[in-house]
Amino acid sequence: MNAPTPNPVTANGQPHLGNVIEAKGLTKRYGETIAVNDITFNVGAGEIFGLLGPNGAGKTTTILMLLGLSDISAGQARVFGHDPMRDPLSVKRRVGYLPDTVGFYDNLSAADNLHYTARLMGMAREERFRKIAAALNRVGLSEVANKKVGAFSRGMRQRLGLAEIVMKDARIAILDEPTNGLDPQASLELLELIRGFKADGISVVISSHLLDRVQSICDRVALFNAGRIALLGTVGELGRQVLGGGYAVEVEADGGVNLAKRLSALPGVRHVSEPAAGRFRIVCDSDLRAEAAGEVVAGGGRLTQLSLDRPSLETIYTRYFQTAQSPNQDASREVPHAA
Amino acid sequence: MPRNGSREGSAFHGLGVVTLKELSDHFASARMRVLEWLVVLVALAAVYGAIQQIRAVTAEDPFLFLRLFTTAREPLPSFTAFLGFLVPLMAIGLGFDAVNGEHNRRTLSRILSQPIYRDALLFGKFLAGMATMSISLVALWLLVIGLGLITLGVPPGGEEMGRALCFLLVTIAYAGVWLALAMLFSVTFRSPATAALVTLGLWLFVTLIWPALAPAIAQALLPNGDEATLVITAQALSRLSPSTLYAESVLAILHPATRSLGPVYVSQLQGALMGSPLPLWDSLMVAWPQIVGLIAGSIILFVGGYVAFQRQEVRA
Repeated sequence: MNAPTPNPVTANGQPHLGNVIEAKGLTKRYGETIAVNDITFNVGAGEIFGLLGPNGAGKTTTILMLLGLSDISAGQARVFGHDPMRDPLSVKRRVGYLPDTVGFYDNLSAADNLHYTARLMGMAREERFRKIAAALNRVGLSEVANKKVGAFSRGMRQRLGLAEIVMKDARIAILDEPTNGLDPQASLELLELIRGFKADGISVVISSHLLDRVQSICDRVALFNAGRIALLGTVGELGRQVLGGGYAVEVEADGGVNLAKRLSALPGVRHVSEPAAGRFRIVCDSDLRAEAAGEVVAGGGRLTQLSLDRPSLETIYTRYFQTAQSPNQDASREVPHAA
Repeated sequence: MPRNGSREGSAFHGLGVVTLKELSDHFASARMRVLEWLVVLVALAAVYGAIQQIRAVTAEDPFLFLRLFTTAREPLPSFTAFLGFLVPLMAIGLGFDAVNGEHNRRTLSRILSQPIYRDALLFGKFLAGMATMSISLVALWLLVIGLGLITLGVPPGGEEMGRALCFLLVTIAYAGVWLALAMLFSVTFRSPATAALVTLGLWLFVTLIWPALAPAIAQALLPNGDEATLVITAQALSRLSPSTLYAESVLAILHPATRSLGPVYVSQLQGALMGSPLPLWDSLMVAWPQIVGLIAGSIILFVGGYVAFQRQEVRA
């Protein structure tokens, strides 16, 4: 049969070097309804790529098509140059998948659950014991390795799912709603583990409807809406594209002359507004806090407050769909999901 | 799973792993405890009843040992009748949540994202179920034979053992039909309770109601048919039920005097020695269509489940 190729990136079919996932015109139809409609995106090596959008926007379907777990109705997908339809085993050998609310066999211990999947991967006994111990250690589950999974909390199950990906030596981790239903502490820990994947050179595809939670770790995001990718790029790019600027700096000052004009003159400033007397909101392309502070002082003002609003995905998303949907009065159909 | 174009890699990669895991699940499960107790109790009850009856009536029977399997004493049914109930129940018990259980535990998509095909998962589950059933049935069979040896004090002859072995194999094939059916419904129904109820309902229907209904349906289909045609049609209809097929093959195998499982014309009996036993091979030939029917039934049902599973979406 076809043995695992030692270096997946140079495997047959050779994609554009650096892209581990390429989707072109990917479409999924269920009868009349179109779940995923002609989407195109690439995921680069070592990148954290976010599939974001409301529930039912087609994120999970896209993931299942990439894994070869669901038929592709039209278009094509390549994962390390392999076609998930024709050669699913080669894809699944290199890709670790953490499903939405992952399940384990409750009657087996954490380690035994991993042993089962490790045997399905065809791992030898020695290797299995070594890798499982290391993986459980990495996600912080060593102490409960021999406890039955039935007693695990949701966060522990998610971490066990990540341990499975670690054990597999996956080159791509596809995580479907990994922080869904976790308390803030557990989800922060989980996101930390996911950052660790990137540090190891693993590409990560992460789907979520919790925009703000996930934007902090994503290099690039694709915003899904009703089966299409509405926006694609880095959070900064999307911010510029939709909000007209990447950063918003807020300045409060006492006194000073012509501060608004001075601030507007700074390079990279797109817009300055003064919502209240002595309070300025500067929309700009980069972080201009230092320059703004300098201008306030130079203008003779006393700087009382200085803060930076990073562009929030939620703002971008909400704004985008407000503008996209305002012409037709059909806005009730797809309300952007406020997480 | 892709339906167009060819796939690469073996469909059976991981089959052994799945089978062993399912087998160990079965053995560790509470169902298995119940099964073990059923096996012991059924063996005791059947042998006790049969021995009492054999002691009371038997004079000289060349196949005394086989009577252990077929003799009933009121109110207990015979061992074969016990099996006719026990085997479907066991098989349904092992198979009704095979696939939907994985769905509901949300393990299915995680397992299928490992480098195996769906084929391996389904087939592994079927093999594990068959192995569990076979082990239980062999244990039960040995128990009955052992108890028979002790209580009857007569060792079985070679042909008797051969017939008893064929009986065991046919019983396992019968178990395969119900296991495949239970697994088919475990694919098509998302709720295990629904799957179990539907399978049990179907079992009751084909075992109790269908044989009784068959003559009426034959009558309705052929209002002007002569009696022989009606009987043959009714029999053909009732043979759609695996329970009928099983009962008929057991009859031919354990009662060596059985010459035919259908109606016999007087002309065919000319020169026959009534009541004289057939050799084992000829008895097998009499039951052969039924045996093949059972095996074919399990294959068809398994393929049905397989196709349904391949087309199923894995997402919850």
